[in-house]
Amino acid sequence: MTLKIGVPSKGRLMEKTFDWFGARGVELARTGSDREYAAAVNGIDGIELVLLSAGEIPRELAAGRIHLGVTGSDLVREKLGSWQDKVSELALMGFGHADLIIAVPKCWVDVNTLDDLDAAAAAFRAQHGFRLRIATKFHRLIRDHLRDHGVADYQLVDSQGATEGTVKNETAEAVADITSTGETLRANHLKILAGKPVHKSQATLFKSRNADWNEATRATLKTLTGKLGLQS
Amino acid sequence: MTDKAQIRAEAARLMGVFEAKGATAVEADILQPAGTLLDLYGEDIRGRAFVTHDPIRGEAMLRPDFTVPVVQMHMADGAEPARYTYMGEVFRAQEESTHRASEYFQVGYEVFDRDAPIEADAEVFAFIQDALSPLSLRAATGDMGLLLAAVRGLKTTDRRKAALLRHIWRPRRFRALLDRFAGRAPLPEGRAAMLAKDDPMQDAGPQIGLRSAAEIADRIEALREDAAAAPISVQEVELLDDLLGLRETTVNVLSRLRDIAVDMPAIADAVDRLEARAEALYQRGVDVDNLDFEGSYGRTSMEYYDGFVFGFYAETRPDLPPVATGGRYDALTRVLGRAKGHEIPAVGGVIRPEIVLELTAGGAK
Repeated sequence: MTLKIGVPSKGRLMEKTFDWFGARGVELARTGSDREYAAAVNGIDGIELVLLSAGEIPRELAAGRIHLGVTGSDLVREKLGSWQDKVSELALMGFGHADLIIAVPKCWVDVNTLDDLDAAAAAFRAQHGFRLRIATKFHRLIRDHLRDHGVADYQLVDSQGATEGTVKNETAEAVADITSTGETLRANHLKILAGKPVHKSQATLFKSRNADWNEATRATLKTLTGKLGLQS
Repeated sequence: MTDKAQIRAEAARLMGVFEAKGATAVEADILQPAGTLLDLYGEDIRGRAFVTHDPIRGEAMLRPDFTVPVVQMHMADGAEPARYTYMGEVFRAQEESTHRASEYFQVGYEVFDRDAPIEADAEVFAFIQDALSPLSLRAATGDMGLLLAAVRGLKTTDRRKAALLRHIWRPRRFRALLDRFAGRAPLPEGRAAMLAKDDPMQDAGPQIGLRSAAEIADRIEALREDAAAAPISVQEVELLDDLLGLRETTVNVLSRLRDIAVDMPAIADAVDRLEARAEALYQRGVDVDNLDFEGSYGRTSMEYYDGFVFGFYAETRPDLPPVATGGRYDALTRVLGRAKGHEIPAVGGVIRPEIVLELTAGGAK
């Protein structure tokens, strides 16, 4: 019985993940051709590396099809209801930092806080006959956040990409998205609301609570966390 | 766990009780158009309801309650006054606490009557209490009408009152607004600096999106008015707090409310209605001397409850949800009927038959 660990299959997130494990004496490497999604772990026996889209890792962890997984903390919170019942955080990995924020047009000089957004939404609905639209792909996180802060009269519209452009295109009045530098937001004449971000995300090593944790996989986990210097 | 056939039989029995009292039995579709529910309840309903998709009809929801379809049916072709009863499953997504049922039966009784709303309030409460009488349940009541009247009567700007009324069903938000309007909480970040500018819209960058420059200017004007308005007085805030903190029997609460109404005359009519309702309940055999009244009751259960509200609880089983809940929801019919200018005073309640069974199991049947 091998311990399966899911890591992002491409891009900087994959490279940084390989680096993070490498720096701790666990070498992850792709095998086969450049385009083949195959990989291996050197230095510890009994581990199988699975390359997956970062967005699918939460689901695989929840289902217990992988024992460990590396993905953004935002994705786990967005995709898994009661996420703490399904996974636990083994390590915050210190890269892939991004903030989930809510942004409005810079020309809305009267709107700086969620409180303002709520008031603007009420007036907008009365004026236009529909709820103020916020474009996002983080439906659960944004809905929970706005409910907790008592914002009403808004609706979420799904946007899987180029979210910052939706305001200019008049398919949304505001956006909620991940940003690290805010560059794209500024370029699209948007500003971030004051206060703490909805969520401060970073790459995180998660452990599935639902995977098959038998004697062998538990022993492998112990060896791995020992090498990584973590509490399992 | 009681099995579904038993629950269905219990639901049918309870529905029979309401039919025997003259209610018309009605049905509602399980698949409800999502647009109507989203317009009414906002984005929160997505977290609470099961949203599904039909390639042709678009988004639909598994009915989270019967209220909306029953009101729509009545508005389409109901004669008045009307009394309806129904039974069936409702579906509630449970994002957080997984131990609550996400699919359960409800039996309901709804009254649409323009002429005698107070009598209708008492009737719904008494019929449900009757149907549940073999169980010894605690009833709690409240009246959103009191709170609405108190806010409408505040000596402050109409905009502030509208903002408070809009959040009356969100207690935390309501409290934050009240604190601000009373001068007890600071202005939101950046507001003072913005208002200090001669032309806040200078250097604002290009105008993008549907919200126009005129709308932004309107809100700046509203904020200026707000900044210049006097705070809501300490005395008024204390009276509101008294109202919200009431927890007494109906009889005691009436005398307390008469005292509060001396300083807050705006609630006098609402207190009269409460008194008339207590009398109507008494006439129907309800023990109003021992009927609990809570000033904040109904604020978190359902947006649009705007009058009498009630619930029945098993005191020995705090783990169970309420056995029955209900109230007056004129505001909901106003929103649902606004396209055609319809509005129908409405009051009703629902019983959860599986909870009734759970409480009778082991006891006498």
